[in-house]
Amino acid sequence: MTKQFIGKRIKRNEDPRLLTGQALFVDDVEIPGMLHAAFLRSDYAHARISSIDVSAARERPGVVAVYTAEDMGDDWEPGPPLVSPPPTLQGVTFHSRRQAPLVRDKVRHAGETVAVVIAESRYIAEDAVEDISVEYDPLPVVVDLGKALEPDSPLVHDDLDSNLAAHLYQQKGNYEAAKAQADVVIKKRFYLDRGAAAALENRGIVAHWDEKGKQLIIWDTTQAPIAIRNGTATRLGLSENQVRVIAPFIGGGFGPKMMMFYPEEMLIPWVSMKLCRPVKWIEDRRENFYATTSEREQIHDVEMALTKEGRILGIKDDFLHDTGAFDPYGLTLPLNTQCHLMGGYDIENFSSNCSAVFTNKPIVTPVRGAGRQQGIYVIERMVDFAAKELAIDPLEIRKKNFIPPDAFPYNNVIVDQAFATLILDSGNYMPIYEKAVEMIGYEQFVKEEQPRLRAEGKHVGIAITPFIETTGVGPYEGARVQIEASGKVYVTTGYGTQGQGHYTSFAQIVSEQLGVAVSGVRIITGDTAEFHWGTGTFASRGAVVAGNAVHAAASAVRQKVLKLASKVLATPEDELELEDGKVRMANIPHTSVSLGELAALANPLRGAVEPGTEPGLEATDYFGPQYGAAAFGTHAMIMEVDPETMMIEIKRYIAVEDCGRVLNPMIVEGQLHGGVSMGIGNAYYEKLHFDENGQILNASLADYLTVTAYEMPPRIEIGHGETLSPLNKLGTKGVGEAGAIPVPALFAQALENALLDYDLEILETPLSPNRLFELLYKS
Amino acid sequence: MRNLFNLSVTVNGTLYEREVEPRLLLSDFLRHDLGLTGTHVGCEHGVCGACTILFDNEPARSCLMFAVQAHGHKVITVEGLGTIDSLHPLQEAFWEAHGLQCGFCTPGILTTLVPFLEKNPDPSEEEIREAISGNLCRCTGYQNIMEAVKLAAEKMRD
Amino acid sequence: MKPPPFEYYAPTTVEEALALLAEHGYDAKPLAGGQSLIPMMNFRLAQPSVLVDLNNIPKLSYIHRDENGGLLIGAMARHNMVQHDPLIAERAPLVHDAMPKIGTPQIRNRGTFGGSLSHADPSAELVAVSVALNGRFRLRSQKGERWVPANEFFVGLFTSVLEPEELLIEINLPPLSERSGWSLMEVARRHNDFALIGVAAVVSLDKNGSCEEAKLVFLSAGDGPVEAHQAAELLKGQKLTAKAIQAAAEKAASADIDPGSDIHATAEFRRHLANVLTRRALNDAFERAKGK
Repeated sequence: MTKQFIGKRIKRNEDPRLLTGQALFVDDVEIPGMLHAAFLRSDYAHARISSIDVSAARERPGVVAVYTAEDMGDDWEPGPPLVSPPPTLQGVTFHSRRQAPLVRDKVRHAGETVAVVIAESRYIAEDAVEDISVEYDPLPVVVDLGKALEPDSPLVHDDLDSNLAAHLYQQKGNYEAAKAQADVVIKKRFYLDRGAAAALENRGIVAHWDEKGKQLIIWDTTQAPIAIRNGTATRLGLSENQVRVIAPFIGGGFGPKMMMFYPEEMLIPWVSMKLCRPVKWIEDRRENFYATTSEREQIHDVEMALTKEGRILGIKDDFLHDTGAFDPYGLTLPLNTQCHLMGGYDIENFSSNCSAVFTNKPIVTPVRGAGRQQGIYVIERMVDFAAKELAIDPLEIRKKNFIPPDAFPYNNVIVDQAFATLILDSGNYMPIYEKAVEMIGYEQFVKEEQPRLRAEGKHVGIAITPFIETTGVGPYEGARVQIEASGKVYVTTGYGTQGQGHYTSFAQIVSEQLGVAVSGVRIITGDTAEFHWGTGTFASRGAVVAGNAVHAAASAVRQKVLKLASKVLATPEDELELEDGKVRMANIPHTSVSLGELAALANPLRGAVEPGTEPGLEATDYFGPQYGAAAFGTHAMIMEVDPETMMIEIKRYIAVEDCGRVLNPMIVEGQLHGGVSMGIGNAYYEKLHFDENGQILNASLADYLTVTAYEMPPRIEIGHGETLSPLNKLGTKGVGEAGAIPVPALFAQALENALLDYDLEILETPLSPNRLFELLYKS
Repeated sequence: MRNLFNLSVTVNGTLYEREVEPRLLLSDFLRHDLGLTGTHVGCEHGVCGACTILFDNEPARSCLMFAVQAHGHKVITVEGLGTIDSLHPLQEAFWEAHGLQCGFCTPGILTTLVPFLEKNPDPSEEEIREAISGNLCRCTGYQNIMEAVKLAAEKMRD
Repeated sequence: MKPPPFEYYAPTTVEEALALLAEHGYDAKPLAGGQSLIPMMNFRLAQPSVLVDLNNIPKLSYIHRDENGGLLIGAMARHNMVQHDPLIAERAPLVHDAMPKIGTPQIRNRGTFGGSLSHADPSAELVAVSVALNGRFRLRSQKGERWVPANEFFVGLFTSVLEPEELLIEINLPPLSERSGWSLMEVARRHNDFALIGVAAVVSLDKNGSCEEAKLVFLSAGDGPVEAHQAAELLKGQKLTAKAIQAAAEKAASADIDPGSDIHATAEFRRHLANVLTRRALNDAFERAKGK
């Protein structure tokens, strides 16, 4: 059958609703009798609560209830861990500490929920929050990651001896032996700091407990509705089937909406059950900075051992990872970092200690990139420094060390976030790298343009950064595909959507199997009443895992269609084809039967059916990959810097990406554009500033600087490779985070290259004009 | 201090009369009192632009206005630009050029662009960038939004 | 982030507005464009118990010539209107240049000239520009009127000499002298952000092409607009050579301003930028002055 849908730039099914304001987001939900919640959040980052007086708040007209931890009684308990440490990892220390819906003993980060007000409107609820008086006993605060493990540091969790949340060690080969053989050993320390996801839509939850029907419906801006349903049912003593969680249209996820259970997610459904009224809580932007998770703070002490020809013999990286005040997300982030510390290079020896550390700051969970950027930043910086030290061309040194194409699947020995051994399934790094080199015009720039610009006194630099990205991890997802008697195709999966175009890319997969127009495929995602098996949208796994589940289910339906059509048309299956919503004989196209007619035939109202037949043209199937698929790419950039004002201007930007089979190039490009914009933010604009009291100094969009149209390059030029993944039938890999991953490393290289006369050495990210000023003028 | 005002405002061509508290933000009035949820709220401090509507035909942040200030005025929201069956050429262009992903910032960008394109039927890239510089988008990196605007200008010129 | 409750009045004449301000005194705040006040109210950083909405007084919005070749601007003239007005471009090109730097297009549809000045934010372009242009502000209350020169109007962080019962109703911008040039230079992290620091420069030349007078006014360099008096003094009577300009820039940065530090820029970085921007602004202004 001709491939008509996969790989095509098809307009998105979901767009008309989004464009006309007809798409439902959580805050759009209105239920008669709905109440509104507002939280009293701690201003202190670390303090005991001696007393809370909510009496004045309770008396305010329009206030229906006020709850503190004490009011929850036996229902008060911390949330379950979302991710546990891999059982496959040896010698792990892990102290699980999870957040509770309302603080009981002491506050551990600024913004923790101390009380909740339920009122007729959000306005009144906020007024009542100001009526509450809390007596805090402030405690010394620990915010500095580098100091949190010192013996005299304040303890975030008093029942532990230190702020060590976790420790793990991974190795490959024997680094010390490799070091002994090396001609040169490079040592550096890197500082990486926090950024927020800052999705345009803040979090929110509406919970509606129907007392008569004993059903709970929840709308939640979550990336994991099924897990929310199951966890909520357990917490509230309900059966899973009494709880329905709907993740409707969501205004951007980027990771933090995958985190669960947030305190509000534990509390609001409980309140709804208590009051037998629907309750809505919508996070405001100021809350978002404190109450929604963020990521990226690490300190790395790195060593790289090389031969004088530039061959990397080994790398050792001992690093600290800030997990914030609690650690519900296990070791996912440090493991992702470790799995990217070798990049796409053939490195036989690796050693890495990681200590995850508690601090009095908001919780750390994945934000687009999820620990991968830090790994890529470190390896790419180290390779740059090695090139400098050995006087080898930075491109040549990389080419020397890339994993060769015949070495795949490449076993990197260490354990990854999905508890499996890190195996890079397929790859062909050189052509992608060289494509980027060519697209940016590297040779010509370095030989002609740059010297000319330098002579004019301009500081223009070029950078090229390769990277890998582990994607498409398990455990699994599922999908159900059904052809209805109308001829329309209905698909449902638990895998939610936050703008990635699943309503279209999944439809394309179905269209490919069933020969229907993409616009004729209706996808329902993120509603547990429609489909209740699966994990969630994270780690660039949608196309791979959910996509392949959709593919499997659609293929199964295709088989049913062919079998039935074969009988109806009295023709062997291999002489039939599916096109335009019909099944027709390949040689006699006007002999056909429509899919709708077949669906009706498959669901007879009278007569007998053969034993073992399933009604209708419907199938449910699942997909779980053996391990994650490793996508890869190279970004390149030409950037001008004004060394007087520290202002930068990106002149050209190239992103070459290989994510295996592409379902919809338009959607993939969009993901890359968005990822790069976040990467640029992470490199030069975005940083969460904490003061020594654990307060966020830039908790507003005026001061937390996400990029606008002006900060973007004139155009992101995209190149593609397509090295199929052997791990799934579609041959596809993930791409959702790729755009963001190499950018900080790319910026560092470009700045150093632009400012060669300043002999800059960049060991940190994010940067800023002020920081660049300090690096240039204080050296 | 619960003084209520009689508000009379035309939204998307329909006259609405309601009693409102002065502090009710125009964004909340449109979304919750009138049920026009196409206008989105991203920050409530006037930076993100998701709440942008047309106030007397000029783009303005509805989170930085009180509903009472709209008394006697004309408001157009994204719902007034087009419907699923009859999209405005700008909406069509965004659809064709993949100018939206999660769609949360989109209504505010569409309302901002309608008067812009009416005044600038053949805008330069620089002018387009300036026009959307007051709207934050976290998904698209703005590139396809720019393409959509160019496409829309073409459509609207024909 | 919802604002706390307040009493709301929407007068249709200046007299009505002034009567309300006189009645409520410190409890009341005038509401102009709202682009600075309403975010503060949403954050509950400002909690006025009475708001006097000035947006229904059309008489307060205008741009006229005055008889001296300068301009009279009604306080409620919206930034958008000022940005596109040909009189502004002709008689106050420094203002014309400042307008696109103010906020974003949507902010400029609501924000007002007088509102920005009354808010007295040291990062506001119009604050520095009005001082650089020797602007004069007309303040009115029920008791009467007074004119205040721009450089006396701003007395502290977000503080002007406006009494609670007074309104800024008009701004007069005198014309620039014949052989003068101007420039506004600033550095911001993102294009539309508040400047890390900026300088409005106006220079006038004498018949010999030497500097007759220079005015350098900084934004984001202190609690209010900061005039670089010592730098200006250095330039007086001088030929504007690269060396002279450099000396003035260094003086301004090291001696005239005392900028603060925040998460976006340290005082040291601001001084460094002030030096660079002053040099560039003086060059720019000088070129313009010569061109006339």
